[in-house]
Amino acid sequence: MKVNGESIPASEGLTVSKLLEQKGYQVNRIAVEVNRDIVPKAQYDTYALHEDDVIEIVCFMGGG
Amino acid sequence: MLHITCNGKPLTVPDGALLQQTAHQQLPTASVVILNGFQTAEEQPLRDSDSITVIEKGVMPPEDVLEHMMASRHSPQVHARVKQACVGIAGLGGLGSNIAAMLARTGVGHLILVDFDTVEPSNLNRQNYYVSHLGMPKAEATAALLHEINPFIHIEHHRVRINASNAVSIFGGCDIVCEAFDNPDCKAELVSTLLSETRHIRIVAGSGMAGYGSCNEIVTKRRMSRLYVCGDEKTAAENGVGLMAPRVSVCAGHQANMVLRLLLDLDTP
Repeated sequence: MKVNGESIPASEGLTVSKLLEQKGYQVNRIAVEVNRDIVPKAQYDTYALHEDDVIEIVCFMGGG
Repeated sequence: MLHITCNGKPLTVPDGALLQQTAHQQLPTASVVILNGFQTAEEQPLRDSDSITVIEKGVMPPEDVLEHMMASRHSPQVHARVKQACVGIAGLGGLGSNIAAMLARTGVGHLILVDFDTVEPSNLNRQNYYVSHLGMPKAEATAALLHEINPFIHIEHHRVRINASNAVSIFGGCDIVCEAFDNPDCKAELVSTLLSETRHIRIVAGSGMAGYGSCNEIVTKRRMSRLYVCGDEKTAAENGVGLMAPRVSVCAGHQANMVLRLLLDLDTP
């Protein structure tokens, strides 16, 4: 699967939550899209990721 | 005979008629003459289907004349498109107050301005407010400023804190929403909520514009199918790295221009 353009292997039972944890993201500061569909925050724990998924994670910086 | 448009109304002039001469016949006090969107003081022959705007310097023109002037400045097609658009601005700090002013100048017809806060002295280093606004709700202060820039656009303003439960009811009617919050958690919550609970709204967000690093690092990227992110995506506001007018304004300009591009069906950054 691809995460922010980088190819990484998809492990068995990987969810959005587990991916975010692996990558060290702060869950409250991000938005996640899988295959061009946004993933609602409430689904992070259950949303299963598969081989060939294209994942975009945007992490927001403070300031405005 | 030549058929031209003067201040939005059809006008027939003899062959060989001259621009400045015609302008002064139409408005003897004319001091600004705009030919097909371009201001000029030169005398030149008019051509068929030319569009001219003739206004008095330093005087507020009536709505139809201002409208025609904007249309000729921006081109009638662009003006018509932005005029019918509805754009939301979530947060009226350094990004939002500047984006709002730019979109009002551009002639975006409907703006929904939202911020829960009031103007305070520490805002004046980068936000589009004056000393006279101190203590006013930002939504009200921005609405008043926009009225001074373009009194003919429709402005809806709310003093409320936006969250996952009210974002769609406030912004559901918008074509595009600018995310212009300060707090990164609020940015993420707004983006996730609007993208997952609506099918049509596109978001232009700001991320990473603190400090005084090179402005050339501030860019617009399409990060998701309906999310554009402007900024350097790395420089957060933190202890020792403050938010300052130049980079914040550049980022606001990126956001306003991306809004304009989307309204004109250009979906590339």
